[in-house]
Amino acid sequence: MTKLALKTEGDCIIVVTRRFAAAPEDVYRAHMEPDIIQKWMLGPDGWTMPVCVNEARPGGKIRYEWADGKGAGFYLTGEFVAVEPPHRIVHIERMHLPDPTPDNRIETTFAKDGGGTLMTMRMTLPDEATREMILKSGMETGMEASFARLETML
Amino acid sequence: MQTLDAAFSALADPTRRAILARLALGEATVNELAEPFELTQPTVSRHLKVLEEAGLIIRRAEGTKRPSRLAPHAIATIDAYLDMLRKALAANYDRLDGVLAAMQAQKPPPETENPKGRKRK
Repeated sequence: MTKLALKTEGDCIIVVTRRFAAAPEDVYRAHMEPDIIQKWMLGPDGWTMPVCVNEARPGGKIRYEWADGKGAGFYLTGEFVAVEPPHRIVHIERMHLPDPTPDNRIETTFAKDGGGTLMTMRMTLPDEATREMILKSGMETGMEASFARLETML
Repeated sequence: MQTLDAAFSALADPTRRAILARLALGEATVNELAEPFELTQPTVSRHLKVLEEAGLIIRRAEGTKRPSRLAPHAIATIDAYLDMLRKALAANYDRLDGVLAAMQAQKPPPETENPKGRKRK
């Protein structure tokens, strides 16, 4: 069972769970080593991550830049708070659209689950203004059509 | 003006989710909501107040009845955001499955080395 689950917890926490058929050590590495991150953390088909800075230590910097190959793109910066291989990562991140979104604290854990790994990621849901900014940006860069559908509903 | 925190807090309660599900079928008065849920009118009114303050429902004045209906904007914006997040993450993790499989394949063979020491592909 590898299907993604996304639910809310309490007032405004999003909890994402996903199982992987690999040991926590490997799933952890895939989240922390730039050359591996650049292979999968890409969003929609056709996007790439030409820049990936990921300093895997407390206080270490994060900078991911995405591009769609047609001139559109955006980037994310952040800092690590806790780096506990291979089971737990806590980091702060913000998207630059190009104005920065408020900081979001994200805790990611990797638990041994039989022969695989159960990943759990907890993040704060952005406030309404931020959410709209992200959705609008997604629409402008062609990353997501659902906000366009939404706007026609309103 | 709703806040997201208020909306999620309102949605956390199963009775309020049931009331929203009923309102998805159409406008209803407090009486019409109280009966199927076997709730008292003050209880329903209290839930409706929370839902209204969270921006999830709209109430209009019709004499003393004040029927309630869903506020489409609030629910739709939450859905749109979660939908976008879900799609982006699903695409990423499906790719990560492939990356992890390739990492397993690259690992050195276990202790029981084959005699020619040939590397596994």
